[in-house]
Amino acid sequence: MDYFLELLFGGLTRGSIYALIALGYTMVYGIIELINFAHGEIYMIGAFTGLIVAGLLTMLGFPGYSILIIAMICAVIWAAAYGYTIEKVAYKPLRGAPRLSPLISAIGMSIFLQNYVMLSQTSDFLPFPELIPEFEFMKGMGSMLSSSEMVIVVTTIMVCIGLTLFIKYTKLGKAMRATAQNRKMAMLVGINVDMVISATFVIGSSLAAVGGVLIASHIGQINYFIGFIAGIKAFTAAVLGGIGSIPGAMLGALVLGLTEAFATGYVSSDYEDVFAFCLLVLILIFRPSGIMGKEKVQKV
Amino acid sequence: MRKLSLIALSLVMAFMLAACGGEERKKDNEADVETGEATAEKIVLGVAGAHSGDLASYGLPTVNAAKLAAAKINAAGGVNGAMVEVVAQDDQCKPELATNAATKMVSDDVKIVLGHICSGATKSALPIYLESEIVVISPSATNPPLTQSGEYPNFFRTIAPDDAQAALEVAFAKGLGLKNIAVIHDKGDYGKGFASFCKQFIEQEDGINVALFEGVTPGAVDYSAVVQKIKSSGADGVIFGGYHPEASKIVTGMRKKGLEIPFLSDDGVKDDTFIKVAGKYAEGVYATGPMDFSSNALFQEAVEAHKKEFGSDPGPFFPEAYSAALALMKAVENAGSTDYAKIVDALRTKYVDTPVGKIKFDAKGDAEGVGFAIYQVKDGKYVEVK
Repeated sequence: MDYFLELLFGGLTRGSIYALIALGYTMVYGIIELINFAHGEIYMIGAFTGLIVAGLLTMLGFPGYSILIIAMICAVIWAAAYGYTIEKVAYKPLRGAPRLSPLISAIGMSIFLQNYVMLSQTSDFLPFPELIPEFEFMKGMGSMLSSSEMVIVVTTIMVCIGLTLFIKYTKLGKAMRATAQNRKMAMLVGINVDMVISATFVIGSSLAAVGGVLIASHIGQINYFIGFIAGIKAFTAAVLGGIGSIPGAMLGALVLGLTEAFATGYVSSDYEDVFAFCLLVLILIFRPSGIMGKEKVQKV
Repeated sequence: MRKLSLIALSLVMAFMLAACGGEERKKDNEADVETGEATAEKIVLGVAGAHSGDLASYGLPTVNAAKLAAAKINAAGGVNGAMVEVVAQDDQCKPELATNAATKMVSDDVKIVLGHICSGATKSALPIYLESEIVVISPSATNPPLTQSGEYPNFFRTIAPDDAQAALEVAFAKGLGLKNIAVIHDKGDYGKGFASFCKQFIEQEDGINVALFEGVTPGAVDYSAVVQKIKSSGADGVIFGGYHPEASKIVTGMRKKGLEIPFLSDDGVKDDTFIKVAGKYAEGVYATGPMDFSSNALFQEAVEAHKKEFGSDPGPFFPEAYSAALALMKAVENAGSTDYAKIVDALRTKYVDTPVGKIKFDAKGDAEGVGFAIYQVKDGKYVEVK
């Protein structure tokens, strides 16, 4: 039973990270039907920003918790700025172009950002400080659930609830839903569509940066390439849940994280990815639009 | 209007890039012409390996080693009167890039190559070298079949193969009193090869068992599930086959979950980057690595030369690479020409004094007399366990 719980918590942690990144993929797809392949790199840039800011603050002698919070805020702002700029530079000029063009542009952006970070920072692995301190009351549970895992899961749950409320009840949220339904109509009723798209990129990038800082502090190392695999996995999670759907991305991420954890625990870690992608194939065969995706009505 | 100016700007940039590319190519051609004229007075020593990317910390020391060894030979009048020139090709330890590097060596008419660094990359490059009759000495590719399969008579190495390393590791684990060992690897040629040998040797011994044998996916977001599996398998020690990025993640995960059992690994982990990344969790980790040759006069001389030239201590595989470069150049000298058969024959029959001792190569290509030692991290440094 203990073993099961340990795997469950491990899977939840992993799923939470995927969820934070997957939300960005799914929101952008929902609004402009583009797979933003540079999104994984935004997560990586968030983690790097966290590392640089945390290093600076440690040198200046800030206390533990404030480092985490300030580093997180800086990472969010910096990554959001990157997300905003990427949309303006790489996608906006191609908005009327055939669907393949922005996709290629996204892949190019992803490779550009990887190499940019590799050249400006380093290609080596870098140690990341433990920003989340051990909690006193969790000492006994340390073997099952560590404090950083708990922080990751709780933060993700809060972020998801906040995002859902935001989409449902704010004016911008309404505008986003309207744009997702029909961009042209939204424009006709006076919604500033460009602003809505930019906002989507900014929100998605912020969430990815939060994930980046948390996971880097959890596993203790980063390098320029971490965004690639995390991005692919999060993208898989978004497709699994039904790309375009926000609750779908969360659910897909959790399903993927738990599948990987249990496949490793009960079968073999050799087959971790095999099980994850078999699951994806199965779901796409029986529910082509993903677990929570809606079938698109073909307009005649 | 804005669109127009954007297009104009991108066009200008594209032309600038094209212009740079053109110039570069011209320079290359000039260089080719020079080497073409001067082949008689020049011997090109190719150096291939990871010179950028994750594993550059293994590859770059070999480039320095080749440069220093070549400088030493040149200062003493060169090889049979010809000056030695070092040409480096980067493969980032990736098999697909290694074949590119090998093809470039062939087209540059290189006769002797020092490299490659990783076993996987070496394996994919060797057929190309064999076909073009190029002699290769690797300072670090420890995968046993490279020599033992007999497929590559042009391949030699100045490091002992993994089965020797694994045998030492298992004997050491037994000496520590371990009974149930979890053997973990990274599914790669080198890591899995090493781990399989460990498994095989553990199974041959009495009173010691393999509790778990599994591969992890390099680059995965976290390894907590594997760590839990190690824990629930009841292992009292872990042997890991692979490189330092994965090793540091696994050790960190284990220690954070309160799993304080010994962690043993290979020469892919015996690197200071591992200690830097794993930080305090690296303390107490064991790793096998090439024997310590610091008492050898030639070794001390090479290290001094490195400090003088590059202002720092040499990195991993430096002595092996220096020795390989010396062995290659001496073999050309002994052979009296760059004829393939004569060089191979010289490597197999004539002893050379190198930083890793007085060596020659056996019929399969392994250097006689080199071996491994066990190291442990103490106070942020690898210290040999006596």
